[in-house]
Amino acid sequence: MAHFTKAKNLHDWLNQRLAIDTLNRVLATEYWIPKNINFLWAMGMILAITFGLLLVSGIFLLMYYQPNIDLAFDSVNYTIMQEVGYGWLWRHVHGVAASVVFLIIYIHMFTGIYYGSYKNGREMIWISGMLLFVAFSAEAFSGYMLPWGQMSYWAGMVITNLFAGGSLHADGLVEWIRGDYVPAQAFLNRFFMLHVLLIPLAIIGLIGLHFGALRIPHVNNQDGEEIDFDAEAKKYLAGDKANSKVIRFMNDFLAKDMMVVGIFLILFFYLVFYHYDFAMDPVNFDPADGLKTPAHIYPEWYFLWSYEILRPFSTDVGLIAFAFAQVIFFLLPFLDKSPNAVPASRRGLFKYWFWAMLIDMIILTAMGKVPPEGVFSTIGLYAALTFIGLWIILPFITKFEKKV
Amino acid sequence: MKELFILAVVTVFTLVTYYLVEPFAHSQMHKHIESEGFAYKDLPALTKKGDATRGKDLVMGAGACTGCHSIEVAGLPAPMDPVTAAQSYGVNPPDLSNAGVVFDAKFLAALIKNPAHALMLEHKYNEKSGASYPMSQFYGAGGDMDQEVADMVAYLQSIAVKKEELTPNMAFEVACGRCHAIHYPYNLDGKLHAPWTQIGEKPTFKHKQDELAFETKVLDYQDALTKYLGTLPPDLSMYIRSRGEHYIKTFVEDPQAYLKGTAMPRVGVTAEAADKVIEHLENVGDSKRHKREEIGKYVMIYIIIFAIFAILWKKEVWRDLH
Repeated sequence: MAHFTKAKNLHDWLNQRLAIDTLNRVLATEYWIPKNINFLWAMGMILAITFGLLLVSGIFLLMYYQPNIDLAFDSVNYTIMQEVGYGWLWRHVHGVAASVVFLIIYIHMFTGIYYGSYKNGREMIWISGMLLFVAFSAEAFSGYMLPWGQMSYWAGMVITNLFAGGSLHADGLVEWIRGDYVPAQAFLNRFFMLHVLLIPLAIIGLIGLHFGALRIPHVNNQDGEEIDFDAEAKKYLAGDKANSKVIRFMNDFLAKDMMVVGIFLILFFYLVFYHYDFAMDPVNFDPADGLKTPAHIYPEWYFLWSYEILRPFSTDVGLIAFAFAQVIFFLLPFLDKSPNAVPASRRGLFKYWFWAMLIDMIILTAMGKVPPEGVFSTIGLYAALTFIGLWIILPFITKFEKKV
Repeated sequence: MKELFILAVVTVFTLVTYYLVEPFAHSQMHKHIESEGFAYKDLPALTKKGDATRGKDLVMGAGACTGCHSIEVAGLPAPMDPVTAAQSYGVNPPDLSNAGVVFDAKFLAALIKNPAHALMLEHKYNEKSGASYPMSQFYGAGGDMDQEVADMVAYLQSIAVKKEELTPNMAFEVACGRCHAIHYPYNLDGKLHAPWTQIGEKPTFKHKQDELAFETKVLDYQDALTKYLGTLPPDLSMYIRSRGEHYIKTFVEDPQAYLKGTAMPRVGVTAEAADKVIEHLENVGDSKRHKREEIGKYVMIYIIIFAIFAILWKKEVWRDLH
């Protein structure tokens, strides 16, 4: 047993039992961050704050939401939006945050890709981040079912149908997932449980893993410079802050994080109060009707790119392409054969690969929403083929990259 | 400087994506229909000045309006209860007390002369189909027909409440309320109003039996309406969010422009009455809008101050780091 002495004060009492000074040092004051990183590295903090907003607003919504197919729609649109004090505020915070969190995730992902932050020892950061992306996707989808509007119902129908596996006709599997032949009460209860318990738990665990994965390789920096963190930290602690290449997480980088968060929150609350409808599909304000198919069925904007990879092909080929799109980002650290973890602008053909991928995903996103007719189908098909092609050529174009 | 450049790149890509997914995609999915401002240009202008006194005689007599319509303000009750009326005509003929303020004068005149034409229902009621619109057309009382119609319109306008007195839910009841229900109660001036059914506001009942009797009447009415229109018109509780103001306004102006062949008639409301209907739908489906805007201001001020302090803190901390 450890040696305990009579505590001088509360801090000392806690310190003897929980080692709070050590924790504070390791997690905050001597968690070293490179100095040369820009505001894009604050996206992690924005995501953490947004997740916090989702969690808190979600808890309030949970108090009044009814997971029953006859009551769900009105419990959201009438009880929460109109009867409960400030229910409208929590709902709009939740709805806007659910959409904005994906925008920030995509910026966070493309930042990682641009600066090569998935390479040379940082593979686990990337993989745990991709697991978080998948968990957030499942969380968003299950949450979208809950208001039981027209798009909830029909998106639920379309997405669960994917599990039939095209020609495999695994209809039994689809029915097992739904607990019924069509999305109905069992389906709603299951997705409710997934949305409020199982997936959030997984997300919290994964956030822990993602943060943990950063400890040893440290975060990358915008010059791709390999920093000797111990030597630089010594310099900092000796008082030469200006010449040290590293800074403390707290308060040094935290101050910058909070500055970016502050500016982000201006945009966020502007959306919540004055443009909340950007995140909510009007079709979902019609109650679910299993007898009336909407003219166009499409997912929320953040899933459109992968939906569009599914759509232009025949069923089986489409499903294979879709599965490819879901897993391929996980393999990025292994498909990128270059020895460099530097910004794309200083690399060879990868420079063009990055921008081509970004633009291609925006085109896929746009084509995923418009009706698949005429020129839009053609553009969608070529964009989907480009997406697959870009991933196939990635190992080849990076293999011959010289060390910079 | 470099960070501002990066911010600009991120912003541009975000806005392009937003533009493509929202305004662009919606322009491709839904054709845009411009409102003509409730001018009803296809209907002939009123050339005669109406005389309300003569109009009253026509409405009560030769015009035969009161055979089917009630005029509560003139002390004329409905000849049938709403359910029986709907079973006879398909839908309950409206009370005419406020028709003169809710409906456009040109539209009313055209409606009296040729209902199927004014309502844009000629695809359903024509010589070929053999069906005639339940409201019979006015063939004139023997004098100048345009003058007679103008007199009747003048009478309806004279008994209606003034424009300023028309409340949002009155406009809704007259224009939409005989076909569309709204199952959300709504607050107005501190009073909670009951849900609207096609036969009126649902009263509070002491006994379950009376409530069931009322609900049976609503169902009977809805059955008649469904038979008449081919489908039960949707509940409008959330229409302000699911369709939005622009859609609702242009839809009531010309339903055929959106849904060719629909049984939904052109409503014929004035621009002011249309605004009142929208206001009613907002009271029902978006009742916290004023609170949202009021609180939004304070939150924005708070968050801007927070951001300023965050920027100052960053400057303070980083002074030593450079």
